[in-house]
Amino acid sequence: MEIIERASIGLKVENFSKSYDSVKVLNDISIEVEPGEIFVIMGPSGSGKSVLLKHVAGLEIPNNGRILIDGKDISDPKTRTQVHMALIFQAGALFNSMSVFDNLALYPREHRLYNKKTLRGKVMKALETLSLEDAAEKFPSQLSGGMRKRVAIARALVMEPELILYDEPTSELDPTMGATISEIIADLRAEFGVTSLVVSHDRDLALTIADRVAILMDGDLLEVDTPENINKTENPRVKDFLNPVIDIKNPRFKKKEYSR
Amino acid sequence: MKQINNILEHFGSTIILCIRSFYYLPTLPRQWHRLIEHCYLIGYTTFPIVAILSFFIGSVLALQAGYSLEAVAAQDFIGALVGLSLARELAPVMTSILVAGRVGSAISAELATMKVYQEVDALVTMNIPPERMLVMPRLVAVLIMMPVLTICANLIGWVGGAVIAQNVDFIQLDTRIYFDGIRNFVTFRDIVDGLIKAEIFGFCIILISCNVGLRTVGGPREIGGSVTRAVVISLILILILDYFVTNALMKI
Ligand SMILES: Nc1ncnc2c1ncn2[C@@H]1O[C@H](COP(=O)(O)OP(=O)(O)OP(=O)(O)O)[C@@H](O)[C@H]1O
Ligand SMILES: [Mg+2]
Repeated sequence: MEIIERASIGLKVENFSKSYDSVKVLNDISIEVEPGEIFVIMGPSGSGKSVLLKHVAGLEIPNNGRILIDGKDISDPKTRTQVHMALIFQAGALFNSMSVFDNLALYPREHRLYNKKTLRGKVMKALETLSLEDAAEKFPSQLSGGMRKRVAIARALVMEPELILYDEPTSELDPTMGATISEIIADLRAEFGVTSLVVSHDRDLALTIADRVAILMDGDLLEVDTPENINKTENPRVKDFLNPVIDIKNPRFKKKEYSR
Repeated sequence: MKQINNILEHFGSTIILCIRSFYYLPTLPRQWHRLIEHCYLIGYTTFPIVAILSFFIGSVLALQAGYSLEAVAAQDFIGALVGLSLARELAPVMTSILVAGRVGSAISAELATMKVYQEVDALVTMNIPPERMLVMPRLVAVLIMMPVLTICANLIGWVGGAVIAQNVDFIQLDTRIYFDGIRNFVTFRDIVDGLIKAEIFGFCIILISCNVGLRTVGGPREIGGSVTRAVVISLILILILDYFVTNALMKI
């Protein structure tokens, strides 16, 4: 396959709802991510962020609504061959029976993208970007949680996608590595116009690199706005979510009206 | 009602998996390393237990035949009896049961784990169909290895019978007479019928194990449940199919 200059692609979620056995997880969500945009979704644990990403990647079927990537419905099997997209799973989802190197090399090998030498170069470069050179021959079971996360990110980089879905890319990483990930996301956009949909609790990431931030709570999108405006929000729940005050004398979990 | 629904769903998904896997057959040449790996796992690692089992089955058959035929002084037919029983029935069925226990369980455990830990989802997002990478090479490998294993089972079982027939004191059948019996009564057709049966059983075992594995949802307990289910379904299916396939082959 020849390397084509890829145009940025956009993403559209229309009136998307999902429930598992009558438990509503997501309720009439609509999002539009512009081509080349970095869109960050924040929200408390269990609010359905991972579920949303899984549907955007076409791994599950929505109860309602549809998801369009570059204008094409993801439920159509052909879409997957037309758009290049990568999902970084929250738990990594590395192939446990393969070494780190083979994990990264699987996609280009299966799609016969490069010759051996180029492949090795690309894989090693991705590993270096995430300071994983020494882990190339290790197996996923021999890695720490943060390393696994980084391998998952490196695996997505090797795929050279037009759209990357990150599920909490910085959650298990130290602050420096977290900053590096933010830089990688921003750099991919600047250099290749990669569109990014990032689910994260990382306030620094959201406020520095995001074009827009959405707050997802209890299955509803509360706010979609620029990071500056989100930071100045008047909504008390969003305020408390973004800047929780640790109050030892009057802890949250003892309050009567306690809700996230 | 839910049970019936479930069974129909399993049945349908197995057939769909089969069709999808063979759709990717043209990619076999560039997956030869996987094919070899699975041939090794299915053939080579199962061979020792197949050899041991068929040796003793051959021996016991000879022993029983010798004991029963002594009364009618027909011990010259021991060879024919052992040869035919193994070639037509016992070698393919026993080999399949061993493959189900040894390979089918391993495959369903591996695929169920990959499914539960989202490795299969990762493959899908990478636009690598799991049927192409995980199922098709295994199906081809079992089609290659089942005849090999069954022929080995036949030969080893015959030898096992010969050893017993010659050495047990109330039989003491000359090895030459024993093998003459096999040569005169076991036709090429008998062997081929056995191989066809083995081929069908082996294919069904691997297909079912893959399907059950890939349909797993949940956690460690469900992985265990999938392994049990794959083996139980395989064993029941072997026995049911055995009747119908044998019947069909006799009519051809
Ligand atoms: N397969 C499933 N079956 C049933 N319920 C599910 C399933 N997957 C997710 N849920 C439910 O959906 C809700 C949202 O889950 P999700 O994993 O999307 O949370 P999240 O926002 O990603 O949280 P976190 O920040 O902790 O990762 C949870 O209440 C969870 O119990
Ligand atoms: Mg999550």
